[in-house]
Amino acid sequence: MPKLIKHFSHLVLPVSVMTLLIIINLIKGADYFRITMVNGAFYGNIPNILFGASELVILSIGMTLVTAASRGQDISIGVSATITSAVFVQYVLQAGEVTLLTIVVGFLLSCVIGLLLGAFNGTLVSVFKVQPMVASLILFTGGRSIAFMIDGKLSPILANDISNQIGTVIPGVPIQTPIILTVVFIALVAVLFKTTNLRLYVETVGINPNAARLNGINPKKIIFLTFLIMGICTAVAGFIAVNKAGRHDSVNLLKLIMMDAILAVAIGGNSLIGGKFSITGAIIGAYTIEMLNRTLLRLEIEPATIKVFKAVFIIILMVLSSPVVRVFMKKALDRFRSWRLSISQPKENALSTTNIAEKKEE
Amino acid sequence: MLSETILEMKDISKSFPGVKALDSVDFKLRKGEIHALMGENGAGKSTLIKVITGVYGKDAGLITLQGESIHFKAPEEAQNKGIGTVYQEIMLCPNLTVAENMFIGRSHSLVVNWKQMNEKAAQLLDSLGIPASPVQELTSCSLAVQQMIAIARAVDMDCKILILDEPTSSLDEDEVHKLFKLMRELKARGVGIIFITHFLEQVFEISDRITVLRNGKLVGEYETTSLSQIELISKMLGNVLEDITKIQKHEPIVSDTSIPVFEGIGLSSAAGVRPFNFVIQRGEVNGFAGLLGSGRSESARAIFAADKVTGGEVRMKGKSVKIKTPLHAIKQGIGYLPEDRKGDGIIDDLSVRDNIILTLQVMKGFFKPFSLKQAETFAEEYIKKLNIKTPTPDTPIKSLSGGNQQKVILARWLLTNPEFLILDEPTRGIDVGTKVEIQKLVIKLANNGMSLTFISSEIDEMIRTCSRLIVMKDREIVGELKGTELTETEVMNVIAQGGKNPCLN
Amino acid sequence: MKKALGVLMILVILGSGVLFAAGQKESGLIKVGIVNLPPEESGYRQANVEDMNNVFSVANGYDAKQTNTLDNSEQIAAAKGYIRDGVDYLLISAANASGWDDTLKSAKDAGIQVILFDRAIDTNESNYQAAILSDMAYEGEKAVEWVLSLGLDKINLILIRGQMGSAAEIGRSAAVLDAAKAGKLNIVADGTGGDSWSLEEARKVVEAAIAAGKDFNVIYAQNDGMAQGAVQALQAAGISHGKGGKVKIIGFDFNRFALRNVQAGYWDADMQCNPRQAAEISKWIKSGKMPSGVVYQEELLLTTETISDELIAKWGINADPGKGVITR
Ligand SMILES: Nc1ncnc2c1ncn2[C@@H]1O[C@H](COP(=O)(O)OP(=O)(O)OP(=O)(O)O)[C@@H](O)[C@H]1O
Ligand SMILES: [Mg+2]
Repeated sequence: MPKLIKHFSHLVLPVSVMTLLIIINLIKGADYFRITMVNGAFYGNIPNILFGASELVILSIGMTLVTAASRGQDISIGVSATITSAVFVQYVLQAGEVTLLTIVVGFLLSCVIGLLLGAFNGTLVSVFKVQPMVASLILFTGGRSIAFMIDGKLSPILANDISNQIGTVIPGVPIQTPIILTVVFIALVAVLFKTTNLRLYVETVGINPNAARLNGINPKKIIFLTFLIMGICTAVAGFIAVNKAGRHDSVNLLKLIMMDAILAVAIGGNSLIGGKFSITGAIIGAYTIEMLNRTLLRLEIEPATIKVFKAVFIIILMVLSSPVVRVFMKKALDRFRSWRLSISQPKENALSTTNIAEKKEE
Repeated sequence: MLSETILEMKDISKSFPGVKALDSVDFKLRKGEIHALMGENGAGKSTLIKVITGVYGKDAGLITLQGESIHFKAPEEAQNKGIGTVYQEIMLCPNLTVAENMFIGRSHSLVVNWKQMNEKAAQLLDSLGIPASPVQELTSCSLAVQQMIAIARAVDMDCKILILDEPTSSLDEDEVHKLFKLMRELKARGVGIIFITHFLEQVFEISDRITVLRNGKLVGEYETTSLSQIELISKMLGNVLEDITKIQKHEPIVSDTSIPVFEGIGLSSAAGVRPFNFVIQRGEVNGFAGLLGSGRSESARAIFAADKVTGGEVRMKGKSVKIKTPLHAIKQGIGYLPEDRKGDGIIDDLSVRDNIILTLQVMKGFFKPFSLKQAETFAEEYIKKLNIKTPTPDTPIKSLSGGNQQKVILARWLLTNPEFLILDEPTRGIDVGTKVEIQKLVIKLANNGMSLTFISSEIDEMIRTCSRLIVMKDREIVGELKGTELTETEVMNVIAQGGKNPCLN
Repeated sequence: MKKALGVLMILVILGSGVLFAAGQKESGLIKVGIVNLPPEESGYRQANVEDMNNVFSVANGYDAKQTNTLDNSEQIAAAKGYIRDGVDYLLISAANASGWDDTLKSAKDAGIQVILFDRAIDTNESNYQAAILSDMAYEGEKAVEWVLSLGLDKINLILIRGQMGSAAEIGRSAAVLDAAKAGKLNIVADGTGGDSWSLEEARKVVEAAIAAGKDFNVIYAQNDGMAQGAVQALQAAGISHGKGGKVKIIGFDFNRFALRNVQAGYWDADMQCNPRQAAEISKWIKSGKMPSGVVYQEELLLTTETISDELIAKWGINADPGKGVITR
């Protein structure tokens, strides 16, 4: 059991925040977890959270990887998703009759665009050594105009049945499609981690790029790769977002999502200056943020002050997870442990001596 | 004369998850003494000083500074109380200038007078004979110079205690003497100095007293003059060290027809060594000798393509190959244990296991990860083989003692089973017992057909293991020594004359 | 030599002067400088810029130059440039309401008539000739008037505001808040789509209200995107809306998709925010009857009853999904 706790120690923050939010919500109304069936699909607070957080979850995964490898953040993700989805929409609209194939091809096309945008940021960061935030600033400032041009200076409407079903539910399936897509995406990411050394390489590069290079890992390639993965993430997120909205609004689509994505990475127990990372943490972080947003609404906080509440909450979180506080907590824990040790002194002592004796004999 | 105690530690205990690093240790430092702290890798030496300076909190015990009970919460407090410390791992900011590294965070005023600071730095650098300019960026300094700068930073002329944790690990004899001179000066002023090292000669040369730790426990405190080297070693290891002179040197497996394992012609790199030729045979152990900054590490790095390759041709077993990146070199069966453990070696947040399998994993490929079980097996095998002290293979490498970190990096390369392994200062920070083990290992590997290049600041170590020494000076090969020529004096001669035996074929 | 050069110089200067004067004469066009925000700012702006282009064309007798930027200082620089160029009229939709005093004064000194459109500037009224604006408060009043006229027993309304503190949010909220204070309607949930007037946020506001078991029958969303999000929440929860439905929906801005939704009875009404000030301004210029001070545009509210294809084509902005197509 203690080993298990140690293994998941990085998840303590996101899980405890989530627990806190659940408690608040339960106090507000005991029916928080109630799920009903509406039009053949599950409906309730939890399905709503899962539905609403889809894009954020997907983008947080990409953000975690980029952060881990490049020690910085990509702030252009919302804009990139807007561009990829603009291409998707244009492809679908030019097709006379929209079939599943149209949607799939359109999606794949948008993935290609996502890869290109990722490659653009990735090249700036890995080859030209531009800070990720600065590099992605270019797309961030100019990207929405590009999407606007792709849209033909309008907000095109995506009113076909398949898009509808992707944005809501497929008849006969009780779970909303964006939730399913998110789960599938997470599963694919899990497979990626299972079948490759992505984690080892990214962490190595993020922690010590010099050593990585001397051990045969090309840090540039790995950083570039994380941006490519981010590109795919933006394409998937854009795809879900535009099908949800039913309309491509190049001005507002996923406008401020990079803030929440960075936050999700941080709440997930990840350092924003790279190195070891936890995708699970970031995913929990993303759902936590969604839950936080909805909790503030559930508490009926006035719209004028809702931002302030969120900010205060986040500041508290960040302070709690900051190195200074962590060190302090660790020291406090140490003191507690030594106090406990002094109580059970004799036993502990005997144990450790035998250990040493054994070791010496080897 | 009764010497006055400045620092006294009683019953100090400190545990980390899985290890009891210090177990009821007593320690006493007197005014104006140089007190050596000795012990194997992982004995708890660094932990003891970190407990003094407040890097770690102690679990139990009492520390008094000049009769006053102290409890520092942060290293800065210790600094302010007159305790200057050089930690084992250099803790400087690579992007700042030399002068900034020496003074920033030390002055109490927020306003920095740059001109004054640079002048003061220049003076201090000069008095310590450190070849660096105050305005130079730290990264552009060699590891040795960086270490000297860290010392300069810690030395405050009116400090009461100076703590030096393996300050000499990457220093040359010359620099060591400069440091010793400084230490003696401080001692004369009544400063108490705690000195940690694995170099026994240095201990006997400079220290007045020795405290020995073993496995986190106090073995005892001794007057240096009352102890012989052998006695000291047996106190540290708990048993008697096998005679190192018994090591049987190994001769390369060569016949007239044999093709060298590695042959480099006109190798050069962006780090600036003169184009040089280098050949090594199967089963040969050779070495680069020379003073610090002579270009021995740079040459090794050029072979491995660790720095940007700017020219040269390489043949592996007679076949012309391209080695432009470390990955090429690794794929050709070349390994390189870097000099700078912290900067180029360890991946500090990753586990011992991941650190061990890293390079083998890279060789195997991005799409072929080892199963956890497999990785675990590899890690455990080498933890045992090299006697690496770690609670579990899952422990982050950064929480290992310096010497044990070094063993992990060595394990990493041994696991890849290279044909040609370059070891740049493999025994840095390694205790006497393990040093012998490593030298024996080198010979054993060569016996099994591996070619090795050995670089060390300790010439005797190289003479013990190498069958051929390539001597360098001013980034150029100035000579080569073999067979009976392999003596310390001969090496020094070649260096002094800049090439008695020029062999720039 | 020197003399010859001097003569040459004079010739050149004279020559270019003549040419310049000729250029001026030949055109006979009214010179207009337009300082606006870029079309990608919003669907509203896209229609607005397009309208300016159409009306102030050479065909209509104008020599118009445009600068469209979100940066207030760039806008001011452009305006100063136009003043230097000696335009006859300067049309401004400012990115930022402050910082314009000097520019406006120098235009006035140069005898240039300044007409503000869409956005007011914080300055003395004497610093500009006229301003043609949308009256956000009026839009709100008209919308609330429609809500009150629905003949519901008790009005339980969800208010979804735009960016807090923006002119549109303040104006469009005021009427609702006043009506609530007067007891004419009951606000059961008060939320915002945030700084990006976000569809998703609006959806969450409604979802929260549903989760809390709130009983409501009107959703008043301060733009079309947020109305869309609100309706998505109703759909997912299986709550009927639109013509004959339980919840009445009103949006703002006259996006064509919104108007089509109203036409299809998917929503109930939409309130205009007219981006087409150009024709009115042109009328003032051409007729010489230049008003002074603030002039508010007349704006429409369309319901399932009053909507028609012609009105959608004429007044709508943005892409038209086509008749009968519902934008979910
Ligand atoms: N931060 C830490 N977390 C966990 N364990 C630690 C930490 N620091 C040290 N240890 C453990 O404490 C023990 C003593 O380490 P310490 O660094 O004091 O050894 P040392 O005597 O300085 O060795 P070396 O000669 O190799 O530098 C080792 O077993 C080490 O693994
Ligand atoms: Mg140590």
